[in-house]
Amino acid sequence: MRVTRRCFLRVTALSGGGMLLGAYIEPKVSAQPQAAPPLEPTSFVKIAPDGTVTLISRNPEIGQGVKTMLPMLIAEELEVDWTSVRVEQANFDAKYGLQTTGGSRAASNNWLPMQQVGAVGREMLIAAAAKTWGVPASECYAAHGRVYHRLTDRSMGYGQLATTAATLPIPDMKSVRLKQPSEYKIIGQSQAGVDIHDIVSGKPIFGIDFTTPGMLYAVYEKCPVYGGKVMSANLDEVKKMPGVRHAFVVESPLNVGPVMEGDPGLEPGIAIVADTWWQAQSARQKLNVKWDEGPGADQSSTGFAQRAEQLSKQPPNHTLKNDGDVEAAIKSSAKMVEAAYSYPFISHAPLEPRNCSAHFRDGKLQIWSTTQQPARGRALVSKILGIPEGDISINLLRAGGSFGRGLTNDYMVEVSAIAKQIGVPVKLVWSREDDMTHDYYRPGGFHFLRAGLDSSGKAVAWSNHFVTFGDGDHYSPSASIAPGEFPAGFIPNYSLNTSLMPLRLKTGALRAPGANAISFVMQSFVDELANAAGKDPLEFRLELLGEPGHQIVNEAAKPKVENEPAPTRNASRPQAYDVARMRGVLQLVAEKSGWGKRQLPKGTGMGVAFHYSFQGYFAHVAEVSVTANQALKVNKFWACGDVGSQIVNPSGAQAQVQGAIIDGLSELMHQEITLEQGRVVQKNYNQHMLLRLTQAPQIEVHFLKTENAPTGLGEPALPPVIPAVCNAIFAATGQRIRTLPLANSGYSWA
Amino acid sequence: MAINLTVNGRSSTVDAPGDTPLLWVIRDVLNLHGTKYGCGIGQCGACTVHLNGQPVRSCLTPLSKAASAHITTIEGLSPNGSHPLQIAWRDIDVPQCGYCQAGQIMSAAALLVEHPRPTDQEIDTAMNGNLCRCGTYLRIREAIHKAAAMHASNGSEKGGL
Repeated sequence: MRVTRRCFLRVTALSGGGMLLGAYIEPKVSAQPQAAPPLEPTSFVKIAPDGTVTLISRNPEIGQGVKTMLPMLIAEELEVDWTSVRVEQANFDAKYGLQTTGGSRAASNNWLPMQQVGAVGREMLIAAAAKTWGVPASECYAAHGRVYHRLTDRSMGYGQLATTAATLPIPDMKSVRLKQPSEYKIIGQSQAGVDIHDIVSGKPIFGIDFTTPGMLYAVYEKCPVYGGKVMSANLDEVKKMPGVRHAFVVESPLNVGPVMEGDPGLEPGIAIVADTWWQAQSARQKLNVKWDEGPGADQSSTGFAQRAEQLSKQPPNHTLKNDGDVEAAIKSSAKMVEAAYSYPFISHAPLEPRNCSAHFRDGKLQIWSTTQQPARGRALVSKILGIPEGDISINLLRAGGSFGRGLTNDYMVEVSAIAKQIGVPVKLVWSREDDMTHDYYRPGGFHFLRAGLDSSGKAVAWSNHFVTFGDGDHYSPSASIAPGEFPAGFIPNYSLNTSLMPLRLKTGALRAPGANAISFVMQSFVDELANAAGKDPLEFRLELLGEPGHQIVNEAAKPKVENEPAPTRNASRPQAYDVARMRGVLQLVAEKSGWGKRQLPKGTGMGVAFHYSFQGYFAHVAEVSVTANQALKVNKFWACGDVGSQIVNPSGAQAQVQGAIIDGLSELMHQEITLEQGRVVQKNYNQHMLLRLTQAPQIEVHFLKTENAPTGLGEPALPPVIPAVCNAIFAATGQRIRTLPLANSGYSWA
Repeated sequence: MAINLTVNGRSSTVDAPGDTPLLWVIRDVLNLHGTKYGCGIGQCGACTVHLNGQPVRSCLTPLSKAASAHITTIEGLSPNGSHPLQIAWRDIDVPQCGYCQAGQIMSAAALLVEHPRPTDQEIDTAMNGNLCRCGTYLRIREAIHKAAAMHASNGSEKGGL
């Protein structure tokens, strides 16, 4: 353990007796909010005298199962039975090290550290027993929450040992012995989510459920055009509405430039605070605001599409990659293929709308939030409201979905501004309409592609002019593309160019940012090339990937500057593309789906797609049927993934992949956010639809375990979902899908 | 306006306008937070409760309509999470984020009263109004079948409620 600050051993009586096995570290006032401190390994385990073990989960839980998975890693090495442990959500605290959810990083960031945390605890308990018995620790071992002495029959429970253990030196995390996979008892075994009992019995565990005595409820009205300012409002009238305690304008010097930052801060607006949320929301219906809408009011989705078309015919703003001589290669190719692809803005739309609670008293601010990035939230609140970070504490609450929405902290800043003004506890809850019209949207994009095949049907040239959003050298958040994005490196003559359009709208990371759109384009256009070459789409892909020993190492650098909050910024960017792993999942999905071996009726087709993102390799096959009136049914979906050597919790892992497929199908058919006069048109789930139960296909999920470090699953299964279905539609009907959502081309669910 | 209503067997008097959605009375006046707000327009089903045994969207149900009615929320479905659906939900590890699941279970509980051994088509009809943003639909279907089988093998006549 790195002891950089004064370390007090703390043996604290827990309520009802018992001891905390842990070191108390004197808090340090940090001026560097972004740099995660090293974790304190003993902070993760609490042991009561009856032997009850409580494990702390440090990352925000948003439905990805991290609150189950991380403690499983601790429990494995601590040698406790999973059924006997309790799990608690950590508050935001430096002693836990990095506390963030994003980029599918939980598995890779925690795989070793959380096992080491468990092993440190185990070694301390073993040392305590050895000391008690006066024997060498090497004669002792731990199992099922007890320490045993090999040479005698003696054993002691962890509850009896915790007090002594807490007085002993803390071993170095890096040097504690970890198990071999063959010794695992918990890792690799399916476990239900640790909060499941509370969920099915309706316990108040979500952010929106938080209450505290004396709490008031707030709504926050913002301009329908992003960043618009309040000119005037009938606050006196609103204040007379039943239950209303406060109504006031929140001013903010927000600068709405031609490219937005990832988490620009506080939008100006009007806060209404009442005794109940419904009173606040009802009072809002009487609100009459005159807005200065600002420069965003002339934006529209049709305008962006027209501008993209114009830009596609002009020289690009930036060249991100230029291998060989694309123009010459296309000119001399046996066959040229050209296509334009586009996809819309979409909203995160987690079922729990944005909400956050806060209490400002005596200069200190306490926050209760579902944020994915508490460190950034605290820094932002501090900066905007002028409250020192040391005076801000954040309690992390379970989120009812997030999908990247919680990476930004706009709602946290809003409630903090309200709390600072009123001085009593307050819960801000956005309406669904607030949530959908004030999101950080997945940016839309336009790709203008050309490619050349040689006489043998091999792809020899690929050119992409990507028209996206940004200004100058700055891309809007999640609107960039990596120079090394597939198929860079696999085609000798390759160019990737971009042109940027200004955008005065917040954009951000939606589950598998970048990849969730790019995979549709790349894997669909690859399919077009396979068709033009007269080759089987799966065989064509294997040929394109080349030999298994081939490892493409592309520059990891982001293209220019992307205004996006960590940790997603580069998470999806190809760094080393291991061809063998991609071939592996592609061949597995071919085998599982019976690719090329089944006779399909007319109007039924199979499509394949693969994608590497967030350290995970996924290949999917979809089988679809399409009727004459474009009613689409996904009959079956096969998903194969390689995320390394271990699946920590198979039940959770399967769930993440199933969820990614459902999510992709939602995006595919209906989801679209459009702008008119700078306003978001879609306001609720009837206009931005999710897949429903009857539309969910049969799904088969397979994991290919390879000798690679375990990596995460929240995101990488999503990107190839949409192209697999689109390619299946082509196989079934001959119609190529080049724009999303499908409903705009006349499709519906069967 | 004082309105009497019985929630999970306990009668309360609520002083609120009759057009207040039942959802917000349940959540913020009665402090039962298991029933969730998702859309406010009857699109998502997260707010599903039973009104005299029938599943309703509490976000669209005015308080006045609930006067003198018997309301059951997720907290009142069983004394300690022991309803066959709650057991099946745990066995199959249905939830991801869990936010929609109270509404899912309340819709499913009403279904099992009507159809103790529902077919897939009956599940479709009963459950299609409940959105799950995380995509747990396959496990929801499996869990309903499991709960129905569990209930049948127990020989209980208490049904889904």
